Amino acid sequence: MDDICEGSTTIECDVLVIGGGTAGPMAALKAKKENPDANIVLLEKANVKRSGAICMGMDGLNNAVIPGYATPEQYTKEITIANDGIVDQEAVFRYASECYEVIQELDSFGIRFQKDENGEFDVKKVHHIGTYVLPMPNGDTVKKALYRQLRKARINISNRFMATRLLTGEGRIAGALCVNTRTAEFLVIKAKAVIMCMGAAGRLGLPTSGYLYGTYENPVNSGDGYAMAYHAGADLANLECYQINPLIKDYNGPACAYVAGPLGGYTANGDGDRFIECDYWSGQMMQEFYDELQSGKGPVFLKLNHLAEETVSEIERVLHIVERPSRGMFHEGRGTDYRKQMIEMHISEIGFCSGHSASGVFVDENARTSVAGLYAAGDMANVPHNYMLGAFTNGCFAGKDAAQYALNLDFAKFDDEQIELEKQRVLAPTKRSDGIPPNQIEYKIRRLVNDYLQPPKVTRKMELGLTRLAEARDDMENNMMVSNSHELMRALEVSSIIDCAEMAAVASLYRTESRWGLYHNRVEYEGKNNEDWFCHAILSKGKNGDYSMRKKAIKPYVVDIEEHEASAYDNQRFVAEESVTS
Amino acid sequence: MPLAETLTSVPVVIDDDKCIANKGCTVCVDVCPLDVLRIVDLADGTKTARMTYDECWYCMPCQADCPTKAVTVSIPYLLK
Ligand SMILES: Cc1cc2nc3c(=O)[nH]c(=O)nc-3n(C[C@H](O)[C@H](O)[C@H](O)COP(=O)(O)OP(=O)(O)OC[C@H]3O[C@@H](n4cnc5c(N)ncnc54)[C@H](O)[C@@H]3O)c2cc1C
Ligand code: SF4
Ligand code: SF4
Repeated sequence: MDDICEGSTTIECDVLVIGGGTAGPMAALKAKKENPDANIVLLEKANVKRSGAICMGMDGLNNAVIPGYATPEQYTKEITIANDGIVDQEAVFRYASECYEVIQELDSFGIRFQKDENGEFDVKKVHHIGTYVLPMPNGDTVKKALYRQLRKARINISNRFMATRLLTGEGRIAGALCVNTRTAEFLVIKAKAVIMCMGAAGRLGLPTSGYLYGTYENPVNSGDGYAMAYHAGADLANLECYQINPLIKDYNGPACAYVAGPLGGYTANGDGDRFIECDYWSGQMMQEFYDELQSGKGPVFLKLNHLAEETVSEIERVLHIVERPSRGMFHEGRGTDYRKQMIEMHISEIGFCSGHSASGVFVDENARTSVAGLYAAGDMANVPHNYMLGAFTNGCFAGKDAAQYALNLDFAKFDDEQIELEKQRVLAPTKRSDGIPPNQIEYKIRRLVNDYLQPPKVTRKMELGLTRLAEARDDMENNMMVSNSHELMRALEVSSIIDCAEMAAVASLYRTESRWGLYHNRVEYEGKNNEDWFCHAILSKGKNGDYSMRKKAIKPYVVDIEEHEASAYDNQRFVAEESVTS
Repeated sequence: MPLAETLTSVPVVIDDDKCIANKGCTVCVDVCPLDVLRIVDLADGTKTARMTYDECWYCMPCQADCPTKAVTVSIPYLLK
């Protein structure tokens, strides 16, 4: 079982899409639509039928900009403010302007969205300012609906292949190198354009349960996309703006204030009191959450036990069947009944994910990265607070543009040495009969991430973290051993995880200010310093192969932010009404 | 360093009497995002599905898609 078979095949395509979760299928469909003659390959580490963050479905759209409820200007403003101003607005504005078309397209795929008695979309308010949350009553059908479309469009799907590195030549993208996760065979794909949709870096920090796979993100998303982009010379932006989410303790899935909030549920402290104004996930909100956990008033809970029976049943119906259906089982095991007890919450491990936060591979409004012919969309690209609809919509932009780019273009010539070197790197752990298995090295790296890189961030700690990580890297490069092809996939993931861990440390050390609330709380540099740091912090591969950091100016805004508006997300602490009047 | 074989309790159970892997079914193995299930031979020469690697996101496609309802997912011990 899972025997290692050495072998190598080479194929060619016009557009290669890597990652068949959310953004990837849309990118592939749009590329095909743009150029029906093009040969499109959709490559997936798992199986497109059930892969990625939405493998079981989704509860709703967290950021739908629907005419009559919100405008692109308003949404762009809200996301700019929530993200402390560090945004190239064009990409957000284009998303906001075109996402409604994507909702209609999803609707035509058979994915329904909640409507009220009058047949209008039943959009809910969760964000601080605007109204953007749209429930999906049959959210469990998303993956099936997408898969049907892929089959109809005759997209070539390659499941159980893990991409490990990108190929470049003539200053542009040339393809990708992949390994079969069941046989360890190599696949060399020559492509004119490549779209990366490999999701978040979800296996960076260690969850408090200590279970390596008990992460918030689907753990298949081990940050391979970030590592591949880095090694191909692409720019990555603001990696110090971590993802940290408020979750059900130990279960580590969303408590779902987005579902429960509009029905009257809220985040409470140990006394059962509200302490944050707005349950929308932001770094500023997470800072309040963290402070409450540390204070004598912790821990923090999701409070539903004041709601009517009908409402609680409705919340259960949504939360226990679609997105994370094992949630009901978890509560049952602990004897937690929403009607009686509050649900204990905690903060997640750290990760990179623009879906909920902001960092990622730098892209423009066409999803182009800084490498010609290379695109990124979804959780791994740096369009902030993207969520599921952002992955779909930016996937569309990438697919369209990539198909255009590939038209009338030849394959880039590249140096075959790239392939040989990668084969050696990939297969090294299979050549050792003694050594350390990947799960132990992974555990150690992720424990070090918790010990040294989690906020509050301290310079000396992060420096020590880098030293310890270098030791783990030495073990990984010279001592890691695997006994089959499944373990080899895990070993390759460890290599992405350590790259992401080092990038997190280097980026966090570079930005000597605090921003995005808890996400980049640098204890020695309190508060925002707009004079020096109102800019992107870009990480890329330096000339000597080391991490290199530089500042990049933020593009002039397309939607102006007034001075008094800019701080709307800074004041998240709930103030009871009586104390306001008194 | 030498290697040891440490036991670990896994969260996914297959009811061998219901599993039709013998007739060629591999649905749960195919859909698992973490690729932790495999078809194995039983002592009587028939086949069944088994959780082979302890790397589970308790996400449940295996249970939802099994045609004979042979799969039961529970919460991994460390976090339940
Ligand atoms: C638990 C949870 C709940 C959420 N709830 C909501 C919600 O209610 N509403 C909402 O709008 N958003 C929600 N989100 C966010 C939303 O689901 C994501 O932002 C979105 O699905 C990300 O899409 P993606 O394509 O970037 O990543 P994914 O859909 O995760 O796809 C990434 C794909 O890449 C594949 N892959 C990874 N590495 C490789 C590799 N090396 N080679 C080949 N393939 C690879 C993976 O197998 C996976 O299929 C939630 C996220 C989570 C985790
Ligand atoms: S899906 Fe069900 S019947 Fe098929 S192999 Fe798995 S457990 Fe057996
Ligand atoms: S619950 Fe998810 S990760 Fe676990 S075996 Fe089933 S499909 Fe795989």
